[in-house]
Amino acid sequence: MQNVQALPAKNVQQDKRKKQIRDGLIYHLLVGLVGLLMLYPILWLVSSSLKPADEIWTSVYSLVPSTFRFENYVNGWRGFGGISFLTFYKNSFFYTTVATIFTVTSSLVVAYGFARIKFRGKKIWFTVMLLTLMLPDQVLIIPQYIVFSQLDWINTFLPLLIPRLGGSVFFIFMIIQFIRGIPIDLDEAAMIDGANQFGVFYSVILPQLKPAFITAAIFSFYWTWDDFFGPLIYLTDPNLYTVSIALRNFSDSTSVTDWGAVFAMLTLSLVPVFLLFIFFQRYLVEGIATTGLKG
Amino acid sequence: MSKPAAALPVSGTVQQEPVQARARVKTRNKDFKQSDLAGYLFISPWLIGFLLFGLIPLLMSLWLAFTDYDILSPTTNFVGLDNFERMFFQDARYGRSVAATFRYVFASVPLRLAFALGVAILLNTKRRGVYWYRAAYYVPSIIGGSVAVAVMWRQIFGREGVVNAVAQMLGMDPVNWFGNPDTALWTLILLAVWQFGSPMLIFLAGLRQIPAEMYESASIDGATAWNKFLSITLPLLTPIIFFNLIMQTIGSFKVFTQAFIVTGGAPLDSTLFYSLYLYNRGFANFQMGYAAAMAWVMLLVIAVLTAVSFKLSSYWVFYETDVR
Repeated sequence: MQNVQALPAKNVQQDKRKKQIRDGLIYHLLVGLVGLLMLYPILWLVSSSLKPADEIWTSVYSLVPSTFRFENYVNGWRGFGGISFLTFYKNSFFYTTVATIFTVTSSLVVAYGFARIKFRGKKIWFTVMLLTLMLPDQVLIIPQYIVFSQLDWINTFLPLLIPRLGGSVFFIFMIIQFIRGIPIDLDEAAMIDGANQFGVFYSVILPQLKPAFITAAIFSFYWTWDDFFGPLIYLTDPNLYTVSIALRNFSDSTSVTDWGAVFAMLTLSLVPVFLLFIFFQRYLVEGIATTGLKG
Repeated sequence: MSKPAAALPVSGTVQQEPVQARARVKTRNKDFKQSDLAGYLFISPWLIGFLLFGLIPLLMSLWLAFTDYDILSPTTNFVGLDNFERMFFQDARYGRSVAATFRYVFASVPLRLAFALGVAILLNTKRRGVYWYRAAYYVPSIIGGSVAVAVMWRQIFGREGVVNAVAQMLGMDPVNWFGNPDTALWTLILLAVWQFGSPMLIFLAGLRQIPAEMYESASIDGATAWNKFLSITLPLLTPIIFFNLIMQTIGSFKVFTQAFIVTGGAPLDSTLFYSLYLYNRGFANFQMGYAAAMAWVMLLVIAVLTAVSFKLSSYWVFYETDVR
């Protein structure tokens, strides 16, 4: 091996370096340009949210507004039907926060049960749980809707929140993988010291689950923040609209006159998602790479 | 768990070991029951949730599928196979909805995975700036499911949207993207392909697992980049390709928000995806019996497709354990 590499003459090495530089340039040009193309729609949305009304459809493709009109945001925030976006954001944050707490807490507990405790029937339940991943929600929605409407839960957040207490199979699976990576010696030591399963879970495993906890919480936040179908069928009172439902009504193309305001509100709704992405990119990437969670 | 060898009188812990072992034997039976209880307590949130919000609704919808249940009407009749008969033989929209869904799934999933794999290979390098590129390529996926992006897409492809503006700049005629059945479907396929971030990250993780020595020895043997891709990268990635294929296909069958917002199923039902039509039937027309029957057909189709994929996978998915 060493001999083979030592053989080439000096000018061959120089050629090699030149080729490397050229390859690098081509690489960055290609990957960078396609990357820009990927981001273009988002940049266009942000820039449209700052353009004066007459400019939005005249210089459509331009990414730089002639003047920055932050009033679009003020106008958009007023909302519609006498309800401002403050209400919609409050609803969305309430729904997202509670749903995330429910989902993640339950998932942590259930994952510990599957990962560390031996009990009869475990294999069967684990298989059943994985099978439910393939179950399309569509097959559950109609009976759920019928039951929840008989319980008089329509136009409350209960049908959206209570099922979250069961945890999410994706998160449970991810956390199980994570717990399996924690050495079992610590559990056994705690057991010998007289701790029971609850003690081990609470004081040995839980403190080490921070990365898995953060990953699950972020994905839960994303999915709930973007959730459209649930709020669409259960929340018909405009005072309970979440941001995604409000945006759909606000951007109804037959009635919109102020597109600047619409684009401003569309952009604003993406801000929480972007902030989380910036601060927790590492957790997201690892979460997807290790378990195939969908972003 | 403690091996008997550890009880040999060698170390200082000799006195403790046998005592513990004996204690363990004595309480094994009782322990087992206790751990059963603990196990079920820990998984109870999921178990109860599964029974209440999974199994019971599943069986209910099976029953509904054979009725004419309508949430507004006080009587419900058992109608046998009527819903299915109507679905397969009378409801022309149902046929169009199935066609639209299959077209969408079979165009968007392979394209999405091809992009994901291609970009993952490009990003699987130690060059400077790769971190930023990865973020740029992934960003569309984190926001892709939102209403905001769907509305944005609708405006980009609108009559006065960016795409037409660019077309006109290049001297082409503006296209009514949402007025033509083919182009309307393709706007949605493009929206799906644009969000190739998650499978890309999974591919990247898989690519990093492939030992660099394999490529090095292939280079010494004079293999070209394309050779290496075909005979090293692709075979070693087949388990990941398979995983992505299954997850993405199931996900695509369920697509709702994008079609609901961007096209609403128009024109001529060319984008009336299955879950959109199901929603229209169940929640706009309140024909919940019919919608439940549709949902069960969807469940069976997904189950059959998944089972067939697993069967076929033994012909092309290569697991490293196969050679060992």
